[in-house]
Amino acid sequence: MESIIQGKIFKFGDDINSDIIIAGRHLIYIDKERLSQRAFEVLGDGFPDKLRTFDILVAGRNFGCGSAREQAATAIAGLGIKGVVACSFARTFYRNAVNDGLPIVECSALHAAVKEGDEIRIDLAAGLIHHSGKEYPFPKMPESVRKILEAGGLAAYLKAHLEQHPA
Amino acid sequence: MGMTIAEKILAAKSGKSSVEPGEIIDAYPDLVMSHTATWRSASVMQRIGATKLYDPNRLAIVLDHISPAKTEKYAADQQSSRNFARQHGVTKFYDIDAGIAHLVLMEAGHVAPGDLIVGTDSHCTIYGSLGALGTGIGYTEVTSVWLTGKLWMKVPETVKIVLSGGFPPGVYAKDLMLYLIGKLGADGCSYKSVEFYGDPVSKVSVSERMTMTNLAMEMGVKCSFVPPDEKTAEYLEGRLQGADRYRPVYADPDAVYEQAIEVDLSNLQPMVACPHEVQNTKPVGDVIGTHIDQAFLGSCANAKYEDLVVASEILKGRRVHPGVRLIVTPGSKQIMLEAMNSGVLQVLLESGGMVTNPGCGACAGDGGMMADGEVCLSTANRNFLGRMGSNKSQIYLSSPATLAASAIEGSIADPREFSSSR
Repeated sequence: MESIIQGKIFKFGDDINSDIIIAGRHLIYIDKERLSQRAFEVLGDGFPDKLRTFDILVAGRNFGCGSAREQAATAIAGLGIKGVVACSFARTFYRNAVNDGLPIVECSALHAAVKEGDEIRIDLAAGLIHHSGKEYPFPKMPESVRKILEAGGLAAYLKAHLEQHPA
Repeated sequence: MGMTIAEKILAAKSGKSSVEPGEIIDAYPDLVMSHTATWRSASVMQRIGATKLYDPNRLAIVLDHISPAKTEKYAADQQSSRNFARQHGVTKFYDIDAGIAHLVLMEAGHVAPGDLIVGTDSHCTIYGSLGALGTGIGYTEVTSVWLTGKLWMKVPETVKIVLSGGFPPGVYAKDLMLYLIGKLGADGCSYKSVEFYGDPVSKVSVSERMTMTNLAMEMGVKCSFVPPDEKTAEYLEGRLQGADRYRPVYADPDAVYEQAIEVDLSNLQPMVACPHEVQNTKPVGDVIGTHIDQAFLGSCANAKYEDLVVASEILKGRRVHPGVRLIVTPGSKQIMLEAMNSGVLQVLLESGGMVTNPGCGACAGDGGMMADGEVCLSTANRNFLGRMGSNKSQIYLSSPATLAASAIEGSIADPREFSSSR
């Protein structure tokens, strides 16, 4: 996983639920390409294709609330999105993003300061977001959680763990 | 320092004498539930080349969403899940006939007070109705718990909700929860544990407690609890295997709560959640007369036997409006049998409703799909955009009583204007 994530942002509001991110009828798939083709489709309005020209999602409070479906994180990664910054995440989305190797950052100050198309730079190691000459700090992930993300997700982490500790 | 219920359970399951909110622990769940997502977890296991489960007795598998299979893809996925259960000797396996995982597992006695249960479903919070800590995780994490027996968990802060007064006629646990979700918001209790207290709780049935702890998820909780009492013991008697399984966990008198919220039930009214968020709640009076095309009596929130009885008491001797499709999906086979034997199913059918096989049904997009411009009133727990079909359809949520009254009227109606034997 890269420690620096940089690029153009797309902005969402509060309470974007996981049914919006990927509708239940598409949960028959688990591969990110297929899921990404259906991501956010219930919003109409050119979704999901228009998101493919952006690099980072910036959302308000409670991003990913609702269903525990892991494919919400998978679908976002499949769109080529490199990370999600939100004022807060629902707990299941937070876990699923980590487990899918999708970097997520909790930072409540950034949302109001940015608009669609802005460039931001996230320094995961330093715990800082750079935007328009300003710095926005965010709390770093707990060590045990960061290790999973850095391994590229839980499946990769688990595989390495099991190789080291065979049953 | 005293501990709350969640703190005590998480301490016990991580081998610690005490834990504090914010602490990250490795916890060993008593049960890992996977539903229709089972094949996905099995495929992760295959992909990473793992073969040995930590403990097959801790797995429970229930094929509840999209059952029976409606396409070849679903059939193949269900076949994978069945094969997995057989291959690994998973005895707590329930096939497509059983019903919704949460209700099936509680009925079968696989949920005891003090248990830690994780599963591929956000509404695992429902296990708190019996004093167990239930919470949702994704399918890869289920694989991880299958293999290692554990997962990392953050100890939540706990919120106390203290009830007083009594439920007025026509007002139910669903209305209380919709009121709370509207008041506190979709992230009002995010990452938190919720404990319900107050004199009225002892009068609330286990079925209604299930509705409370299920809907608590919609304000973002990690878990929620009704502390076990005589009603809990009565429900579990004869279900739990082994006398030592009934070990209720209670909060210490000096447990620390993040906040206490008081609710006087006497002031509550029937509530409705309006499209497209559960937190968008209004008293029924504000939306009365809203046209509906479909009424769905189902889901882990409100398709228990008691819920079907409440609806049938209003529908008895009346007719569903000709413009409304009333779809009844009993929560489990046990519930369906009970409703069949007591005549409740007959009332629902004779009034103009249809009854499907038990399971998640229309709540999970299995049948009962909505066309452009249609409106559904549902007893489920989510009304998100496009959840039941067209993204140009709308979903309202209510109690079974409001649903029955509305099915008769053809539009959202106040159940207090319909006499029942309650």
